[in-house]
Amino acid sequence: MNRLLSVIVNNRAGVLHRVTALFLRKGFNIQNITVGTTDNQAQSRMTIVLSDTDEETVEQVMKQLHKQIDVLKVTDWTHQPVVVRELVLIQVNSPVSTRATLTTLINPFRAHIIDVGRDTVMVEAVGKPEKVDALISLLRPYGIVELARTGVTALSRDTQTSEEMMRRTKENALYI
Amino acid sequence: MNMRIEPNAKPSLTGAQILVEALRKEQVEVIFGYPGGAVLPLYDALYECGIPHILARHEQGAIHMAEGYARVTGRPGVVIATSGPGATNLVTGLADAMLDSLPIVAITGQVSTAVIGSDAFQETSMIGISTPITKHCQQVRDVRQLAQTLKEAFHIASTGRKGPVLVDIPKDVAGFRAPFDYEEAVWLPGYQPNTRPNALQVRRLAEALTEAKRPVLLVGAGVLHAGAHQALLALVERYQIPVVSTLLGLGAFPGNHPLFLGMGGMHGSYAANQALSNTDLLVNIGARFDDRLTGNTAHFATSATIAHIDIDPAEIGKNVRTQLPMVADAKEALVALLAVSGSVGDYADWRRDLLQKGAEFPFWYVPDDGPLKPQRVIEFVHEVTGGGAVVVTDVGQHQMWAAQFYRFERPNEWVTSGGLGTMGFGLPAAIGAQIGRRDAPVVAIVGDAGFQMTLQELSVVVDYQLPLKIVIINNRSLGMVRQWQELFYQERYSESLMHCQPNYCKLADAYGIEGVLIENEADLQTKLRRALLQPGPVLVDCRVAEGENVYPMVAPLCGLHEMVGVKP
Ligand SMILES: Cc1ncc(C[n+]2csc(CCOP(=O)(O)OP(=O)(O)O)c2C)c(N)n1
Ligand SMILES: [Mg+2]
Repeated sequence: MNRLLSVIVNNRAGVLHRVTALFLRKGFNIQNITVGTTDNQAQSRMTIVLSDTDEETVEQVMKQLHKQIDVLKVTDWTHQPVVVRELVLIQVNSPVSTRATLTTLINPFRAHIIDVGRDTVMVEAVGKPEKVDALISLLRPYGIVELARTGVTALSRDTQTSEEMMRRTKENALYI
Repeated sequence: MNMRIEPNAKPSLTGAQILVEALRKEQVEVIFGYPGGAVLPLYDALYECGIPHILARHEQGAIHMAEGYARVTGRPGVVIATSGPGATNLVTGLADAMLDSLPIVAITGQVSTAVIGSDAFQETSMIGISTPITKHCQQVRDVRQLAQTLKEAFHIASTGRKGPVLVDIPKDVAGFRAPFDYEEAVWLPGYQPNTRPNALQVRRLAEALTEAKRPVLLVGAGVLHAGAHQALLALVERYQIPVVSTLLGLGAFPGNHPLFLGMGGMHGSYAANQALSNTDLLVNIGARFDDRLTGNTAHFATSATIAHIDIDPAEIGKNVRTQLPMVADAKEALVALLAVSGSVGDYADWRRDLLQKGAEFPFWYVPDDGPLKPQRVIEFVHEVTGGGAVVVTDVGQHQMWAAQFYRFERPNEWVTSGGLGTMGFGLPAAIGAQIGRRDAPVVAIVGDAGFQMTLQELSVVVDYQLPLKIVIINNRSLGMVRQWQELFYQERYSESLMHCQPNYCKLADAYGIEGVLIENEADLQTKLRRALLQPGPVLVDCRVAEGENVYPMVAPLCGLHEMVGVKP
């Protein structure tokens, strides 16, 4: 099962290295790691997705992360109500003749064309990783020239966890 | 000059002077190190600073000395090396200290901040290299942060689960000036080791002890680091539970106590491994369930409830599933356990059975008329020193024989490289131990191969007039490797026989140390006895039987119940 960890660290040189060195040393599988500052400039948030990891390994990962002096907080959000988002940029072949269809195609994804060239356009989309996957497979037949995904970042929801919310999180858990 | 003098400003010091002041504040008694370009400013400040500096002959030697010192004194060992090759020579020692939880503060020089990243002369990314083998490491790019970083380094190295901390100081930072402020308390929100046991968990463990029928205590080096040996003894006396030790835990519980079953694990005693295999309550205090101790975990303590007391939460449940966890300092945990008035269970049958096994199947060897037996040499050293020496070993067969045949009765008198198994550790670690315990008899028991890895440190023995006794268990082979090849590789002795050896007595002579050759029992009684009892340093070349193996043994992938080579 994939796991989603949110890790608050000191925002200082070498911290990302410490964390990735730890994963390498312990042989943990990272599928995704994103880093950005938080509201507090002295701290960063790392959002980590571990692929195919059992309960005991997650516990060990969290404990090992905690041992790092620069790690302030580690939370396992796998089963929590969270919003998980990823941004993707896709440069796709699009001769003028297909542009109109392409636009209608990406519309339901709330994706935008953000750059237009002679033969290609660049599509930007934000969403859950599975939504991004779906968009990519839809555009593939047109010919993807280049593609960049940010990897996921996440935040926990306000905690009145309705049944509906929990159900959705379980779905998330399957994908992340 | 229109410099404004602020009357209340603290006088500013150079980075190098800040280091010296920090070492003074930390009451550092001795520094181990080796100078070079990037640490010239540091060495200039150390010159005549009053803190003794031991000039090792190789930086690896310096850090193993710091480890030996830390192991016997409980205080952080301080080591200094220059950038590049000096710093990379520390790597083995950092990894060793990391695995054996020894408090080390390593100071490395670095090229000046302006050229960091330019592949400058003797530039190496020590933060990159040391991150996975230190508890923490930090480069100081701003001299104003140096004092605080050093203070944090000592704090981190010597609290919680101890370990090595590296501080990398660029050469120019050592020359820049800043006020020296060492008063502010260390506050690291991401580092708050918990030492106090949870009351509920203490009660549960006490209940488990009452209910158990076949309990056993497994004691590791955590007991030594916490200074918990007396509390341990009190607990054992109260509950009358048999005790097994790990390799590194030897000395935490008196080896001559009737309830001591000996070391457990790969070359542990039969009784200890039987106890671990058949127990219904295994209480691990400050050990980390290393694979050399557990053997194949699928067969480890299969019918037991596992209780584990450890200062490091990450150790609990890491290798062995644990039902009764307790994150705490070993001493605080034991004191809390003693405070619970739990009734003592009835383990008389279990105890009797184990003690009988202990008496029936002790560590053994066959004394014969052939060449001197290595085990006999260790026994003899124990006899002559009355069990009162600090014993330091290298890595290999002689290390296991020392663990088996020297009975450790007191804490912190046993220094060995357990986790990393570092050949070359013995001599320099013994030097560090002797420097930490100037008046104690210190015996280094080393193999012929491992000794040759760091023998240049003999110079230090002479230089600082250390009364160290060095005993080479000379089997003219990489004995432990040879043993495995004999047992598991059809006696194909690939690169494990070392028949070309120096003349150790002449070597000793060249360094200005007395050399003694021991070949038989008569030599032991006369020459070795005299060598060990005389006041100065000595190097003893003990020619021992070459094909001797360490037994009993748990073969790889086997469980502890499957020992071979138990006394017939
Ligand atoms: C630095 C290092 N290299 C290799 C090894 C693997 N090794 C373990 S024991 C051993 C043989 C040690 O020989 P010696 O020092 O003579 O001790 P003996 O086993 O003969 O007592 C070797 C090569 C090691 N532990 N450390
Ligand atoms: Mg040998």
